[in-house]
Amino acid sequence: MIEIEQITKLYDGLPAVDSVSMTVDTATITVIVGTSGSGKTTLLRMINRLVEPSSGEVRINGTPTGTLAKHVLRRRIGYAIQGHGLFPHYTVARNIAAVPELLGWPKEKINARVDELLDLFSMEPEQFRDRYPAELSGGQQQRVGVARALASRPDLLLMDEPFGALDPIIRARAQEDLRRIQQALGSTIMLVTHDMEEAMHLGDRVAVMDEGRLVQHGTPAEIVLRPATDFVAEMVGGVERPLRLLSLIPVSEIVEEGSAEGDALAADTSLRDALSTCLWSGRDAVPVVQDGVPMGRVTLDAIRAQAKGQR
Amino acid sequence: MVPGMVALAAGLVLGLQLAWPWLRLAGAALGLAGLVWLVSQGAPALLVGAGDYARVSPGAGFWCLLVVLALLMADALSNLSPGPFTRAGLLAVVLALLALLLQSGVLSDLSIMQEYASRQDAFRDATLRHLGLAFGSLATAAAIGLPLGIVCHRRAGLRRALLPILSFMQTIPSLAMFGIMIPLLGWVGDAVPGAKAIGIAGIGFAPAFLALVLYSLLPVVANMIAGLQSTPPAAREAARGMGMTEWQRLIRVELPLGLPVILAGLRIVLVQNIGLAVIAGLIGGGGFGTFVFQGLNQTATDLILLGALPTVALALVSAIVMDILVELTRPIPEHTP
Repeated sequence: MIEIEQITKLYDGLPAVDSVSMTVDTATITVIVGTSGSGKTTLLRMINRLVEPSSGEVRINGTPTGTLAKHVLRRRIGYAIQGHGLFPHYTVARNIAAVPELLGWPKEKINARVDELLDLFSMEPEQFRDRYPAELSGGQQQRVGVARALASRPDLLLMDEPFGALDPIIRARAQEDLRRIQQALGSTIMLVTHDMEEAMHLGDRVAVMDEGRLVQHGTPAEIVLRPATDFVAEMVGGVERPLRLLSLIPVSEIVEEGSAEGDALAADTSLRDALSTCLWSGRDAVPVVQDGVPMGRVTLDAIRAQAKGQR
Repeated sequence: MVPGMVALAAGLVLGLQLAWPWLRLAGAALGLAGLVWLVSQGAPALLVGAGDYARVSPGAGFWCLLVVLALLMADALSNLSPGPFTRAGLLAVVLALLALLLQSGVLSDLSIMQEYASRQDAFRDATLRHLGLAFGSLATAAAIGLPLGIVCHRRAGLRRALLPILSFMQTIPSLAMFGIMIPLLGWVGDAVPGAKAIGIAGIGFAPAFLALVLYSLLPVVANMIAGLQSTPPAAREAARGMGMTEWQRLIRVELPLGLPVILAGLRIVLVQNIGLAVIAGLIGGGGFGTFVFQGLNQTATDLILLGALPTVALALVSAIVMDILVELTRPIPEHTP
């Protein structure tokens, strides 16, 4: 568990981060979202003390970060950044092994961990271990960057716009990978982005920052349904709110008895995609299957009922 | 006469074709061999019955052909772009052939070789002194400049203060610099007890050495800083974020990535100092400059060449060796799968 208490950073007397408190549960993803200059990156960098807080405290599993030497603290926290930051003169294997090497792990344990991570990120170890970063595609470089940040099984993984440099298709795949790997490893992740779509998609919890303050912290559905301020409402995207809401709910939640014509949808399809299918194919209902077995159907009326704000 | 002319002509013809650089290289080598053969045959022939004080030196035609063939060879080599090990091998072969040629005595009738023969001891001393000046000042400048570069890299304030001073020193003309050293070190030699005993005086080795060190500092410090700062910002941020200490960042990331640039700085200094050390001859610093200035005073061209040719050869060999080192230290191999 990560506890952030009344943390503040002043630059020339002006707050970049203004008395932010929040708690992050173990094995969850918290996405900090805000415009540029909102203080989200400063907040993240205060957690591994790349920026020293002016006041306030951060505790990781009960240990205040101020009680550890900076380099010792940082070795316990994974850190992945935009543009991956891989060392160009190290092979993929040595890049991933960087933190375990700093921690003095034995060689066999490091090698086994490198192969395990490459497998996890769907990169054949035999093929990729000895390559240099310049020989990889952008998506592969980014995966190695995240694998490096996870190598020493850190208590916490901090990610600063990790997918910012990727094109939309590769980015979507990287987000799926991150979700899958976070669930497999049970990692605790704090991720900074300016993209609300990404925040909704990845976050168990979303924290919205504005002018150095934490204006709302809650589940994606709470953020969409009950935005705390006009700024949050604007971030969530005004007219797009019903669609954002639908994108958070899988069809399995509102599936009903009955049958419908045409191609079926998988149970974990979002209502937004289901709506899209209905409109595109001109149907009022679509069949739903789970693992190939028919579950029932989802109707346009039921989707419409979900999209209505609960107020 | 005839075999030499044939070899020269064949070499030049081979050099004219564009398709095979290896053949051009062979042509250049053949031409050079022909040229040397002609010189070695011509000198004794001209000296027959010419008296004891007669001297033969190569004329303008020889030097022009030498330049043409050397250019041909350089062009062929740059087309072939051999790897670092091939280049080291070629350099070793050329040096071995040169040594063999000078040892064999076929050129001993040339005036420059006769000047050498009558000054063998002085030449050996000058060589050692020249090497001492060039490499000693490089080592000293590296010992001072490399740590200074690391400190400047970390502290922007010091960097802004120091680099203009070093640049200013670089702009002082070399003769003036040696001139400034004379009263300065003369005073030190007189005023500081024991300074004279270790050879510090207004003229001689010490002022020449000091001037060379001062000239060397800017390239060494500036390239050290540039090398350390060539690390991509994201990689530096990642190194900090993963918990490397300052020292670990320097050793594991910044130095290996900057090494080619840092060595390039040392290469500049070495070649520059081999040339500049000639001026040291003016203030009694020794080295090949002694022969050059003696020759200038007596308008004895052969004596000037005895100082100038080894200097040029030394600078060339040093430049080639340093280039090979720079290439070998490139941190990222240039292969793609």
